[in-house]
Amino acid sequence: MPEPLLEVSDLRIRFGGFTAVDGLSFSVRPGEVLGVVGESGSGKSVSMLGVLGLIRTPGAEISGSVVFRGRDLLTLKNAEMRAIRGREIAMIFQDPMTALTPVYTIGWQIAEQIRAHEKVSKRAARDRAITLLGEVGIPAPEQRVDAYPHEFSGGMRQRAVIAMALSCNPALLIADEPTTALDVTTQAQILDLMRRLRTEYGSAVVMITHDMGVVSEIADEVLVMYGGRAVERGTRREVFHGPRHPYTWGLLDSVPRVRGARARRLPTIPGTPGAAERGCPFADRCVHSFAACVEVPPLTGESGHLDACWLPEEERMR
Amino acid sequence: MTTAVKGSAPRAARQAVRPSAGPWRRALGRLRRNRPAMIAGVGLLLIVLACVLAPVYANLVAHTDPFTSGASATTIVNGQQVPVLAQSTEGLGLGVTPIGPTWDPGHYLLGADNQGRDVMARLLYGGRNSLLIGLSSAVLCCTLATVLGVLAGYFGGWIDAVLSRFFDVIWAFPVYLLAICLSVVLLTSGLHLGPIHIDAGSLALPVVIIALIYVPYVARPLRGQVMALRNKEFLHAAVGLGASDLRVMRREVLPNVLPTVVVFLPLMTALNMLTESALSFLSVGVQSPDASWGTIINDGLALLYTRPVITIAAGLCVGLTAVALNVLGDGVRDALDPNARLRGGA
Amino acid sequence: MVGYILRRFGAAVLVLFAISVLVFLIFFATPGVDPAARIAGKNADPATLAQVRASFGFDRPLPVQYAMMMKHLFVSHDLTSFVNRGTLVIPQIIDAVPVTLSLVVGAAVIWMVLGVAMGTLAGAMRGTVVDPLVMLLGVFGVSLPVYWLGEVVNLITQKELHDSVFSWVPPLGYVPISQGVGQWALHLLFPWLTLALLYAGIYARLLRGELINALNEDYVRTARAKGLSERRILIKHALRCSLIPIVSLFGLDFGALVGGAALLTEVVFGLPGVGKLTYQALQNLDLPVIMGTVLYAAFFVVLANAVVDVLYARLDPRVRRA
Repeated sequence: MPEPLLEVSDLRIRFGGFTAVDGLSFSVRPGEVLGVVGESGSGKSVSMLGVLGLIRTPGAEISGSVVFRGRDLLTLKNAEMRAIRGREIAMIFQDPMTALTPVYTIGWQIAEQIRAHEKVSKRAARDRAITLLGEVGIPAPEQRVDAYPHEFSGGMRQRAVIAMALSCNPALLIADEPTTALDVTTQAQILDLMRRLRTEYGSAVVMITHDMGVVSEIADEVLVMYGGRAVERGTRREVFHGPRHPYTWGLLDSVPRVRGARARRLPTIPGTPGAAERGCPFADRCVHSFAACVEVPPLTGESGHLDACWLPEEERMR
Repeated sequence: MTTAVKGSAPRAARQAVRPSAGPWRRALGRLRRNRPAMIAGVGLLLIVLACVLAPVYANLVAHTDPFTSGASATTIVNGQQVPVLAQSTEGLGLGVTPIGPTWDPGHYLLGADNQGRDVMARLLYGGRNSLLIGLSSAVLCCTLATVLGVLAGYFGGWIDAVLSRFFDVIWAFPVYLLAICLSVVLLTSGLHLGPIHIDAGSLALPVVIIALIYVPYVARPLRGQVMALRNKEFLHAAVGLGASDLRVMRREVLPNVLPTVVVFLPLMTALNMLTESALSFLSVGVQSPDASWGTIINDGLALLYTRPVITIAAGLCVGLTAVALNVLGDGVRDALDPNARLRGGA
Repeated sequence: MVGYILRRFGAAVLVLFAISVLVFLIFFATPGVDPAARIAGKNADPATLAQVRASFGFDRPLPVQYAMMMKHLFVSHDLTSFVNRGTLVIPQIIDAVPVTLSLVVGAAVIWMVLGVAMGTLAGAMRGTVVDPLVMLLGVFGVSLPVYWLGEVVNLITQKELHDSVFSWVPPLGYVPISQGVGQWALHLLFPWLTLALLYAGIYARLLRGELINALNEDYVRTARAKGLSERRILIKHALRCSLIPIVSLFGLDFGALVGGAALLTEVVFGLPGVGKLTYQALQNLDLPVIMGTVLYAAFFVVLANAVVDVLYARLDPRVRRA
């Protein structure tokens, strides 16, 4: 088993009295795709922003360790962190409509990132931007390189953002709901693109999403988050074919099935997202909760498939 | 061991059920917690109170009539009888130098102006006019702007085209010059337009003029808001239910733009008061013998180097009131509608 | 882009026409006002009145009157002041323009530099003492009457401290730039500072708000994720986008000031610019001069608005197509 590229242990992020991420641990190996799933507010985006040191809220407390290629990112100086951001770890955000500065051309913004990390001429950076735009499937990149963001459609913009993220050949790409703001056909194209680029560039990918469908298409490993904690972790096969946590069951049930008996009404998870104040974060909404749930369950399990639930083995048979 | 702990309703759900306070009440709560805005509000209240009580001060404390000149009046300073207006000793000795501040509330607290009138009493009376003109022109302006802005935004088409061009033209005028034009023409003859008759020299004249010139400042953003509302579902629903245009405008559109109007009100009051003082300073605003802070600054101009207190005090009154109104207005905006914008005046 | 510019200036010409009609109507067609008597001035003799009536065609229909007025203004340049016994209006205005331009351009440079610097500082140093200071100055900027501030400045520099700290301050008035840049600037220094201080406050406060909004935008987060330095993010991304509304406001304010909003400052500091000319005309109700200055003013404001819109299109690629 190769050395992990990114190893996050016991990451805790607090805003004032509110704990957004509570002791999160996971690792990503080179070239691997980790799907991070959870509803909005489960702490998945915040934890990734924390990994990249992009949390700027005054009074935010971050603890734990984020080891990337042998260095703990949480202890790095600003300048050292900047050299990693965009060059070794790139990040793509949810809404491509607002992710680009409106007053500069696409090409200028890609070239800016390249020139922030490498000593290349403007000319060379621009040429590379054109190549990248071509690779992410933008037609006539020589002309489109001089277009402004508002002249691109949403899908094209997300392609441009991906091109920008890949411009320095990062070892790790963090994609925060990259397809959520797009329509369904465009979503499929962008997922295709990300799969293809991953083989071409060999970058590891952390894909944050609330969509189990997206995870099932692209992820090697799956991390299910609830209330700022990891509730289940395993390979895609393990999580999809033998889900162990009640929350994962709920997530999988709420995806419509194409084959087999169709449920009359799509099941939902009762209640609204939000962690319980004490004990298991999911206890408030869990139909299986019982006395033990007042304690926080640890993330345990055999052979890499881990879950955080007190439910005895015999009750997990479904 | 398997006794399930069925917590009643989930915590988050319980919160959502709690009846929420109305938007106005919530805004008021936010405003109450805004300390600078509250301090400004109290300060403003004190200024208003002082101005309202001007006759009390003039009659009971200073025993003076601030509107008649007292060329030969005398007063008592340190137990000595002194003339209010002294013959000037500088230059040819033709001018007069009024008495300076005595710091005695009963006898010309802030001195006299060059007609021997009590400056403190005039400041209070002038404040009444300044505040009155500022507030009533702001109300008039916001009312007109709301009607025009809602009409333009709601109907669109040629109504919007005509009104928008009208706003453009007024907008393109430097405000002071437009006010000057209107004032010059109207001040000597008054306004006689259809059923409206305003006499020359009436305080209503600057009110109308100032209100008119600022209409586009308020109407333009309102029109934009109404146009955005036009495409909202609840409006389509109201129209689909067969509500008349008037009813839709009154029941659906107006409540939605009202917060913006309320935000504009204190800011426009400050702006209009400043405009009034500038016009009065240019002698095309409030006409003698009426006073306003602007006319008092103007009166003090001739005496700037000998009795600067007149100009300074009047200017401070305008400035402090405007600061209070602006801080309060910012507070109201933050509480109600953080997106409202107002073009700064000169 | 060329099409956009042409369309924009076409619209500007239309607005100018509308303004000239409006001014004309205010002066010549206000109900219950005899324009001839107003133009001739107070206590004019019947001969002058007759001369005014003939010169402006008051016995003819309104459109003809309008045309004659415009001819006096723009074609024959012979609009005459009757109060001032035959002084031509247009040359007076032309003489006054350089004074107004000197005042406003100088002040504009100072307030833009100060305003942008302070606004950026306040936006970048939120939570430090700089921030509330700038906010306070901004409130004063919209609240203090500029003419009053000018009076106080005069009081201090010309009287109270004139014998000590400010002995180098020249008396009020204007010295043309042709008589030496030093004297020109020295005479204008305090008018500049007075006018600029208030505007700098307003602009700093506005820019601070825009900047804080911009710094919360997604594209700033993207820029951080790209590994750019905070300085570059602040200046190249956040400030660049925040300046767009500032520039458009600047155009409006600059146009308004050149067009006459600086009149209070000119009056207070005794600068013989267009504003002072208007003020003097107001004092003796010299209508032709007021009409002339107002139309001149409208011209500048409309021109400035058009230039701003074109500049806006340069700055913000999103509006170019509109």
